[in-house]
Amino acid sequence: MAATAGAIDCDIHPSVPGIEALLPHMEPHWRDTVVQRGVHELETIAYPARAPLTARPDWRPDHGRPAADIETIRAQALDPFGTSIAICNCLYGVQLLMSEDLAAAFATAVNRWVAIELLDRDPRLRAAIVIPTQSPDLAVREIERWADDDRFVSVLMLVMDEMPLGRRFYWPIYAAAAEAGLSLCIHAGSAYKHPVTSVGWPSYLAEDYTAQAAAFHAVVTSLISEGVFAKFPDLVCVLAESGVTWLPAHLWRLTKFWRGLRAEIPWVVHTPAEIGRQHLRLTLQPFDAPTAPGLFERVMEHFGSDEMLLFSTDYPHWQFDGTAVLPDGIPAELARKIMVDNPRKAYPRLSRGGQA
Amino acid sequence: MNLQVLNRQRQDGRTRLAIADCDIHPSPKSLEVEIYPYLSQRWQKHLETYGMIYRQGFPTGPAFPKGQPDAARRDAYPPGGGRPGSDLDFMREQHLDPNNVQLGILNPLRSGQGLQNGDLAAAYCRAVNEWQIEEWTSREPRLKASVMVNYEDAVSSVAEIDRLAGNPDFVQVLLLSRTAEPLGQRRYWPIYEAACRAGLPVAVHAFGYGGSPVTGGGWPSYYIEEMVGHASNSQSLLASMVFEGVFEKYPTLRLILVEAGFAWLPALAWRMDRAWNRMRDEVPHVTRPPSELVREHVWLTTQPMEEPEHRADLLDIFDWIGRDRLLFATDYPHWDYDDPAHALPVRLGAEDREQFFLGNARRLYGLD
Repeated sequence: MAATAGAIDCDIHPSVPGIEALLPHMEPHWRDTVVQRGVHELETIAYPARAPLTARPDWRPDHGRPAADIETIRAQALDPFGTSIAICNCLYGVQLLMSEDLAAAFATAVNRWVAIELLDRDPRLRAAIVIPTQSPDLAVREIERWADDDRFVSVLMLVMDEMPLGRRFYWPIYAAAAEAGLSLCIHAGSAYKHPVTSVGWPSYLAEDYTAQAAAFHAVVTSLISEGVFAKFPDLVCVLAESGVTWLPAHLWRLTKFWRGLRAEIPWVVHTPAEIGRQHLRLTLQPFDAPTAPGLFERVMEHFGSDEMLLFSTDYPHWQFDGTAVLPDGIPAELARKIMVDNPRKAYPRLSRGGQA
Repeated sequence: MNLQVLNRQRQDGRTRLAIADCDIHPSPKSLEVEIYPYLSQRWQKHLETYGMIYRQGFPTGPAFPKGQPDAARRDAYPPGGGRPGSDLDFMREQHLDPNNVQLGILNPLRSGQGLQNGDLAAAYCRAVNEWQIEEWTSREPRLKASVMVNYEDAVSSVAEIDRLAGNPDFVQVLLLSRTAEPLGQRRYWPIYEAACRAGLPVAVHAFGYGGSPVTGGGWPSYYIEEMVGHASNSQSLLASMVFEGVFEKYPTLRLILVEAGFAWLPALAWRMDRAWNRMRDEVPHVTRPPSELVREHVWLTTQPMEEPEHRADLLDIFDWIGRDRLLFATDYPHWDYDDPAHALPVRLGAEDREQFFLGNARRLYGLD
């Protein structure tokens, strides 16, 4: 039996097989728009189709996209790991569009496709709601559309959007999520409304992917500084595909500056390190550290908590080989927390039975 | 990090461990008196007519009000008037003597770098270099200067580095971190080549005027976010230098990251190693793991020193970075000054302590 039997996988990525798969889930006007204006696939430069990171070699199909149908997902992502539940974070470039109406039409279509083609067909699957972050009004409408479906357990945003995610512009989204008992999942990726680094556009995908961690630094700073967690005390924020090991040092730095500058943000009354432990969770893969003896243990010490890590494979992205998804030398008790207990706490809706 | 330095009993600095302070910010008392003499009439008139225009809306600085006026310690205003950091005698009395600063590295800010008018920027940087000699290094041998260059234009930068190469008053080339493009890009390479030729390390100080938002997800609301963001900014510039192959092209290049903290470096190096392992065919010019290149080429100044909840955790970071790569700095006279008597939250052995506070810097700058 797999060492991960019964695990809750908090980050898998089904691919929309193609834009035509979404057409049946769109209103006629938007279907016409897509066809008559020749709207391209919303695949993004974050995961170029043939780049090694985008799909593990043994998870890469001969034709078409990886992880694009339920049989493939079962055979590759669920069965080999003995996964009990897997949460689908569908990365499709909805957030990149400039028109909020078009984005809303695509968000609805993606969520319908996920519900019908994936969730209806395997009881182990759950999903994050894709929203048009371009418009909090329309995003709230999309959240409300799925709020009664317990199989949707979170709201999905990209770590880099038009504004830092703590900004009050986005708060209606967090209010709707908190109201519905949905967690917030902030995933690596960009709406590419700005250069991915604060010094402009890089040359290589390796830099873009490295910059995702810097973007997570910034989003944590923003969520805490703006007071999102003071305003929404029950909100859990899952940082997905962030790299993990960057967080402790960042919270030390933020805490030091908070001591000097807290008069600027008086609503932040606890140290950022404490706020992080209470509200932030991180998916396991990728885990940015070499496999050196004792290193995982030291990094966990720096977190000061064993409740923050959530099991994930990041399927079909190529982060590890075979089923070697857990860090070397992880104690069994901690593995169990990461695989089951922590995800259950991070996603309250997982305890609701998963009824549509 | 202090807003005001407590009125502790003044010690005789000579009884204290000698230190290097690798980030001191001198200011001119007045532009007209101290900088204009080194500028042509044309540029003096230009400044009076058009002022200083950067890639930011306010001419006086970013749209985030700072934590303190001039971002300065409240007690750092010289009794005779002028900006904090503008009076050598007061700097001696308040900082160099009581803290037994044996080596102080001058990093002038508002030195012309980042000005949109490139010719003005180059002329201004040159003026500031002359001013550093006249007002500071010629009067105080403990202080060493930085070669200020208009880094957005490699041609004028190289000319200025070549001009000052061999002058023992200058110990590094200084850039700011918020550049127009990532610092690994080829437009900046002649600067690295000239620095290597002159035997000078390249220091990159937090802040700048590149015009891009301080986060990849747009502009934040608060000064604290900008300040904390300098660490992420330095990560991106370092990743650029690694993946563009700068360190392989210039194997003698030494890079110093100033005032961006340091505890983030191990996780960044591990992340770059992962990305490199996965995408080596994208960057075939990078032939060694990024963590090795970083270990060989990168130094960091320590202020603002990260303060873990469990202080000993910082020792892990020291070891992962390499204890020989950290350079103590106070950021005098700024508000987030790290006091050498109190800033280091962990206890080091006598030898490590000497290296941390002085030895590493002396070796890096070739002053042993």
